[in-house]
Amino acid sequence: MNEFDPKRRATLQCMGMMASAGVLWTLVGGVPRAIAADSSHQPMTGAGASPFTFGQISDTHIGFNKAANPEPDKTAREAIARLQQLKPGFVLHTGDITQLSKTEEFDTAASLMQDIKSRTFYVPGEHDVLDEGGGKLYLERYGKGSKGNGWYSFDDHGVHFVALVNVFNLEAGHMAKLGSEQIAWLKDDLRGVGNSTPVVVFTHIPLWTVYEPWGWGTEDGDQALALLRSYGSVTVLNGHIHQVIQKVEGDITFHTARSTAFPQPAPGKAASPGPMAVPAEQLRSYLGITEVKPAPGLPGLQLLDTALARNGG
Amino acid sequence: MQWRMTLAAVALGLSAAVTAAPAEQIIEIKDYQFVPQDVTVPAGTKLTWVNKDDAPHNIVQKDIKLRSTALDTGDAWSFVVNESGTYTYFCSLHPEMTGTITVEARQQ
Repeated sequence: MNEFDPKRRATLQCMGMMASAGVLWTLVGGVPRAIAADSSHQPMTGAGASPFTFGQISDTHIGFNKAANPEPDKTAREAIARLQQLKPGFVLHTGDITQLSKTEEFDTAASLMQDIKSRTFYVPGEHDVLDEGGGKLYLERYGKGSKGNGWYSFDDHGVHFVALVNVFNLEAGHMAKLGSEQIAWLKDDLRGVGNSTPVVVFTHIPLWTVYEPWGWGTEDGDQALALLRSYGSVTVLNGHIHQVIQKVEGDITFHTARSTAFPQPAPGKAASPGPMAVPAEQLRSYLGITEVKPAPGLPGLQLLDTALARNGG
Repeated sequence: MQWRMTLAAVALGLSAAVTAAPAEQIIEIKDYQFVPQDVTVPAGTKLTWVNKDDAPHNIVQKDIKLRSTALDTGDAWSFVVNESGTYTYFCSLHPEMTGTITVEARQQ
């Protein structure tokens, strides 16, 4: 197991915060290394890439219609076109598919997502469980074969993927929760997964505390992470906060993706975490997708964030 | 516009003539806060939340099984409180947003 270097961590966090540039990450034995990305967003590493690539799209908020982006369908379509160019083996949608959990919003999102020719795996955001049934519409569409309120796991190319749900049963004044039932399921699920198997966990709200006053964290996330600490490579992907932020803790890398709909302010930098209106010509530099694939010649995964536009335009 | 205002005034007058409208307490939702955050009202008061944010919010109080629809910008939702007591409620989209309602029994 590699030792964690706090100086490297500071650099990683700084680079991960860049709003418009592609950032490439390589996981080696669980510890990410930054690699430069050239102007075409292609890694500068050599040939021999595996066909295994998957994409992440998040916070499409179909139905949003405020000043921060009156056309989230349009920007979602652009993001999906970017994903298609990557020819991903599959795509993870890390929640807030819709703005208000309306049937027509789910319908529009499904229609847009059809343009992704590979399978898409979903987790719900808190905006997806606002229907009268408290998540019934989401679970009817996306919960088939899942446990509890929609959690599940699968394996692909030797990587174990775990979909966790942390937007149900929220309590006044508390951050998000996974709940004891889901944590017990995770413990059982990991029983058959060897410590050398790379694990990718994806969920909506960050499992780590990004900023408690805004509820940007999961109260019992540590209990889930405790079950993952013996693994050599763990990548935790989420959305919710509409900006790229990275954190490395031992062999666990935390990564939040951009939204395709609208930006939100940096933690604590505004009166509230509400939608952040930016000049129209800059909007697409705040929106984007994430690509994940193996690092050529290395055992880990690399993460590349791509904005819909670079430096405005 | 003038006739609309007149109609509204007539409607209000008729309503007042039939039954006294319950007192109303408005609670604004702004910058992810309930304003005022804590209210004390007599039983029978109509509480109305109005969302002034660009993000949706809702009102949830589990003890009395209170759950509003999601309020988009400009939406309002009302509820008449009858049971005396103090209730902490929150927004289930943003559970850091909390408020309290203290309902006092009416004097006989």
